[in-house]
This record gives sequence, C-alpha cells and structure tokens, in this order.
Amino acid sequence: MAPEHHQFAQPQQDVDGDGDEYISDSGSDFNEQWIDWFLGIKGNEYFCDVDVDYILDKFNLTGLNTEVEKMSKVIDMITDGLDEEYEIGDKERDHLEANANKLYGLIHQRYIITTKGLNKMHLKYKNADFGYCYRVYCELQHLLPIGLSDHVGVSTVKLYCPKCEDIYNPKSSRHAQIDGAYFGTTFPGMFLQTFAAEVMPVHPVERYIPKIFGFNIHQYAKLARWQELQRNKQIKRLTESGINVANVMNGYNINPDGSPLKPPVVSSGSRSRMRSSRSDK
Amino acid sequence: MGENDSSDFETWISNFCSLYGHDYYVEVGQDFIEDDFNLTGLSSIVPYYKEALDFILDLEPEHEIKIKDQALVQQSAEVLYGLIHARYIITKPGAQLMNEKYSKGQFGCCPRYACNGSKLLPIGINDTPGVETVRLFCPDCFDLYLPTSSRYLNIDGAFFGSTFPGFFIKMYGLDNPNLRPSDDLKIFGFKIHEGSNVGSRMKWLRATPSTDEELREFDEVD
Ligand SMILES: [Zn+2]
Ligand SMILES: [Zn+2]
Repeated sequence: MAPEHHQFAQPQQDVDGDGDEYISDSGSDFNEQWIDWFLGIKGNEYFCDVDVDYILDKFNLTGLNTEVEKMSKVIDMITDGLDEEYEIGDKERDHLEANANKLYGLIHQRYIITTKGLNKMHLKYKNADFGYCYRVYCELQHLLPIGLSDHVGVSTVKLYCPKCEDIYNPKSSRHAQIDGAYFGTTFPGMFLQTFAAEVMPVHPVERYIPKIFGFNIHQYAKLARWQELQRNKQIKRLTESGINVANVMNGYNINPDGSPLKPPVVSSGSRSRMRSSRSDK
Repeated sequence: MGENDSSDFETWISNFCSLYGHDYYVEVGQDFIEDDFNLTGLSSIVPYYKEALDFILDLEPEHEIKIKDQALVQQSAEVLYGLIHARYIITKPGAQLMNEKYSKGQFGCCPRYACNGSKLLPIGINDTPGVETVRLFCPDCFDLYLPTSSRYLNIDGAFFGSTFPGFFIKMYGLDNPNLRPSDDLKIFGFKIHEGSNVGSRMKWLRATPSTDEELREFDEVD
C-alpha cells in the first residue's frame, strides 16, 4: 500500500499529475486544502470555490444529510482537510472522498445561486471557462453550465447558450462526466436575470437552409418559413405589449421595421485572412 | 498510369489526404481528374494550373519548374485539388466515399443535446476558395456548427462546397428535419415569462408544428 501522506519539509507538488496528493504549502490557509485540491482536478474547471463559511452554516446544508453519508466527517474533510494523523484505510478514504465530492457538488448547486456564488460564476463566464457555443450564428457566445435535473445521478452537466437558447453537450469528455445536479436547473436563469444588463445578448435571426446548386431544399425551406412566421408572431406580441425587440438586449438583430439586419459582408481575401471564427479570441 | 503500384510509392493525393487535419478529404479518383470535362473553368481560377495538375497526378512536369516557383505550384495544387474535391463529392462515387466517413462519424456529432449525437457533414458556406473555413451541417436541426478541433481551422470550406450536404442527404434519404426542441429555462421549476427581460426569444428556431392549428398554418406557408 503506497503511503499517501508523507510529511515533507518542503512544499510538495503533485508530481504524477493525477491530483491525488495534497499540496502542503505550509504558509497558506490550511482550511482550503481540500477545496483547492478538488478545483485543481482536471475536468472540474466548471466549479467555483464555495466559501468555507457557507459550508459551515448548517442552514445551507438543510436536507443534504439524506444524500450524503457520514455527513459530519465529510464536512470536516472539505473544510479542514482530513487530519493527517487520523488513521483510516484507503477504502474508507475513497468512500469519504466520493461523499465529499457529492456534498461539495450539492452545496455548489445552492451556492452558485447566491449573490457571492453568482459573482464568482460571472467571472468564470467572462473568462469563457464554460466554453463557447459552436453554432456558427452564435459567433462564439460564452456558455453557462446547466443541470437537467436537481437530483444526483439523473444526467450529466450540459451547457446553455444565452444567444440561441439551446442546450449543448460539453466538448470535453471529462466535463461530460460531471453530474448536472452540481449546477442545477435554476442557475442559468438566475444568472441571466442577475446580470441581464451586462450579459443578455441580441439574438441572431440568421439561419441556414440546405441548398443544392443554390436552390433551397423544400422540406427545410418550408419549415424555416413556418418558424419565421412564429418569430414574427412573437415580435408582434411583444411589440404590442410595449417591449422593443429591434436590435436591443434580449431582442433580435432586426431593423425597427422588423426586417433582418444584413449580416456583415464577407470580403474575399487571401487564405490567411480566411474567417476561421475562432481566431478572434 | 498504372505503374504506381509499387508499395513504397505514395501518390500526391494520398499524401495530401493523410496530412494533419486533412481527414475530412476523400481521395478523388484519378479517372475523375483526368476527365477534362470535370475540370471546366478551373484553369482560369488557379494559377500554375497545368503544373499544379501534373503535381496532383504525379506526372513529370513538361518544363522544369524553377525552385522559387515550387512552393507556389504546390500551393496551387492544393487549391486545385480542393476545388476538384468539392466537385467530386457531389458525384455518386465521391458521395459514397464521403458516406464511409459519415457512417463512422468522422465529421463529428451535433453538439446540440436534443440532436442526440446526430452525425454531421462538412460544408463550405462560400464556394470561393480563401473566404471561409469549413463548417459542419446537422441534418436533424439543419444548423451549422464550427468544428470543435483546432486542426480544422485552416481547412477551406470551398473544398467541400455549399451543395455537398444537401446533395448527400437527398442521395441517402436523410433530408428530413428532425427537431427535438430543448426544454425551457426555469427558475426554481417555474418557466420564465415571455415578457421578462430574460424571456425566451428563440423558440421559433427549434419549433415544429404539432397542434391542429399549427399544422394548418404550416400547410399554408407555401
Ligand atoms: Zn448558441
Ligand atoms: Zn443537430
């Protein structure tokens, strides 16, 4: 059995890179060890750090004791790091570890819809930590994590695009394994409401209809026309209730008369100037 | 031709198709390239046309190419091959080769959750080379996506062309939009009101007629 927690005089790095060792940099806040370690694991980039104070406030953990085993030991583990002298076997450590992950995830679901949590997620959003929308007309809109359920074990985390209002699979297989409940169903809506003035996009109305030698394929063109009719009905409805939707936040990229804004003209140029749509980041 | 079967000889075409990021390309049949009809108009688009064509077909150049021109001819050969490729994949044998890649999901899967891993097809929104890089088309949501891997960032969309996916889905009977709308955004389980400043605006994009009234409306849009 490999000894996991040697006492080194020097700060110890996670040499093998698999994140299974605590970094004991003696000077820093000992209390945040477990969380720092957890956030440093590859694939956990979507999580923000939850304040220890929030975790220690029993009120915030209401109802979670039915979800997590050995609750108080697990809380100790997350907030103190497990005492290095404390003798436990690998099996028990793994068990505690799994429960700690789950507890942290469920607390995270609640935390990211508090003011502090929302602000932390806002920074991550601006930093595109949740990735970009790959839909061409969304022009690399930053995404937000979303859970399809608030219960653990139902589905993995997905990504929400505020521009096309659609839900996408994470690109990386590591992210595709994270439980969606750790982000929850409410987060993106709450996030957009909180930061509406800053983050609500203008929605693109451009769309693609498959063509053969320049001619639209009928089935698609017909559906697209019907969909456009639905959009126009909504525009009318909103305008009649006094909501301006012409090229404003949470409106459409249309002119005041309702006609679509012309998409930017693409000039032909050298191959090096080819629009690759991701070079603009 | 025909003498290129020795095992250590790699043709220009198979080398080109094996380069990093070139795995969307299929190998264009030699007979297709040798038929002048298929190349109509390309000589006026591609500089060093004759030399470039010799490169592609592994032919000795008629006149020796100056060292300083070699890189330019190679570049022209790549553009020429790409443009021939765009024409080839909308022929039956070309589409068949593309179908082998498509069936294996080699162009990737639709990132949209509701599309449930629907396989994508490459497309060039613009048929002029040098304008836009390759995009991907989903036959289910009929939307366009960027390739998720950076290795395709330099692949010219014109080398696949704007007709390919349409042609392909017609040929293989995949030409049916199959939209599964995504769920509404909710806050504590409640739908957000349309009039809210974060209310939904894009439902139309994934909508399909389902009620009697909508179906009637749909019949009338023609
Ligand atoms: Zn989007
Ligand atoms: Zn799709």
